[in-house]
This record gives sequence, C-alpha cells and structure tokens, in this order.
Amino acid sequence: MIWGVLQFPGSCDDRDALAACSLTGEARLIWHAERDLGDVDAVVVPGGFSYGDYLRAGAIARFSESMEAVAEFARSGGPVLGICNGFQVLCESGLLPGALLPNAEIRFVCRQVQLAVESAGSPFLRGLEGQALSIPIKHQSGRFYAPASQLDELEANGQVALRYAVIHNLNGSARDIAGVTNPEGNVLGLMPHPEHAVDPLTGSVDGLKMFAAAAEAMGAKAGVGA
Amino acid sequence: MKARVLIRPKEGILDPQGKAVERALPALGFDGVEHVRIGRLVELEADSADELPALCEKLLANPLIEDFEIELL
Repeated sequence: MIWGVLQFPGSCDDRDALAACSLTGEARLIWHAERDLGDVDAVVVPGGFSYGDYLRAGAIARFSESMEAVAEFARSGGPVLGICNGFQVLCESGLLPGALLPNAEIRFVCRQVQLAVESAGSPFLRGLEGQALSIPIKHQSGRFYAPASQLDELEANGQVALRYAVIHNLNGSARDIAGVTNPEGNVLGLMPHPEHAVDPLTGSVDGLKMFAAAAEAMGAKAGVGA
Repeated sequence: MKARVLIRPKEGILDPQGKAVERALPALGFDGVEHVRIGRLVELEADSADELPALCEKLLANPLIEDFEIELL
C-alpha cells in the first residue's frame, strides 16, 4: 500500500498526514508542481492554508498540477481523502459536492468532536458503519453548505459519510454533515482531522481506523494482506 | 480595458462577517443599520471582456454560494 500526500505552499498538516499514512503502509509527499502521482494506491489532500487560502479556501489549489493528476486519479476510481483544507480543495475542484463556508459563529474552533459514521461506501470508512469516532476539528471555514435539493440527493445516494453528533456541530454545517463522498464513494472529504487521532498520546486513535480501513480495502483489492 | 467584479454571498446564505459587523454598529452609536452583507470587489485589466464571465464562474466566484456582477469601466 503506497500513500501519496499532497503538499501545497501553505499546507501545514502534510507531515502529520504522512506520519498517519506511514502507520498503514509506505507514504510519500507529492509537491504541488508534480504532474505525476507515480504508483500511489491512495491520495491524501491534507489540511492547512494552501496558497494562503487567497480568494476562498481551496480556490487556487484546485488549479495546481498535482490536483490535475488527482482529478484523473479520482476519475479512474482511485481513493482520495481530503482533510479540512483538502476537503475545501476537493469541493472547489468539483470532485465533491457542496462548499465550506465560514463558521456560523465566525470563530476558529479547535475541539475534539464526536462523529457518527453514516455510510461506509468509502474505502476510508469500510467496516466502520454505525461507529462513533472521536476526532479533532480545527478550522474557521468548515460550515458545509449545499442547496436543500442537493442535500436531499446526497442523503438519498448515501453520500453523507459522517455527521457530527448532537451538540458537536460547532460550525453550523447543514444537517450536521461532517464529511461527504462523491457518488462512486472513492473520494471522501471531511473537516475533522483523522491524522491527528492516531496515537493514544493525543487522546484518541479513532482516526487511524480510517487509514487502516483504506489500507485493508486496497489490500483486499490487490489480493494481498493489508 | 478595466473592469470591476462585485462578488457577494447568495441571498439566503448566512454571512457571519456581515452579522458580526451589524452587531458591532450599535456599540459605536450607529443605530438602525441591518442586513449587512460582506462581499469582495476585484479590480482587473483585461485585453477583452469576452472571457470575464467564464473567469468569474471558474475562479473569482463560487457560483454555488456567491453571485457576481461585472462592471466594465
């Protein structure tokens, strides 16, 4: 299992994502100007402030060469995980539905939150359906938004992958949505940071379950153990 | 040619920046101000106006959450 972690100017969670991925396979960084992802099996678009978040969070990063490669990778069914700023980038690039708006209370929030896994259609959530995960959030623009008709569609298609538990929706996201997938399920974006929840030292290892789930799904696909 | 692009949050979308400004005004003695909405103004110079709408839809604005108006100067 080989993970590729994108790195934009302004990324700040790329190293943690790399460390998290390394726990379930080999992991390497992919600089934003690289057009070729190489032989990676899965891609993480990490958190941070890509290109300074100028204009809108994620708006500029979507035009980077590495994102062109990720779009092709995603279209061919490759697993892609967008975390926080990475989620914003995937929404801006049209690989995921919706948009992330400034938090309803405008403040930056940094808290451990409880999430419910709503749909296990994504390889990153395989086998985790119905589970509660404790994972931190830290963002100022994490309010998931889509028009009501599109939200209905997402729910009907099983694309709502993760929801904040009651009273844990601290950014005002529509219908408590914390993470969504594309219709095929191979692309998942979420505001919480699973890469910060992989070691008991920081209070929870629930994030590691997501990386392990993907590694297992990819291993099974390749016909070898994870 | 010069152009100005005015970008604002779509009607019905909560604009927390506008709300924060609105709430701050009475403390400064400015009463009776409501529905404050905050957007962005982009000034640019282009060889032609033809590409401006596409440029706005692709980059300057996110059409899902923002409306834009182009003003040629």
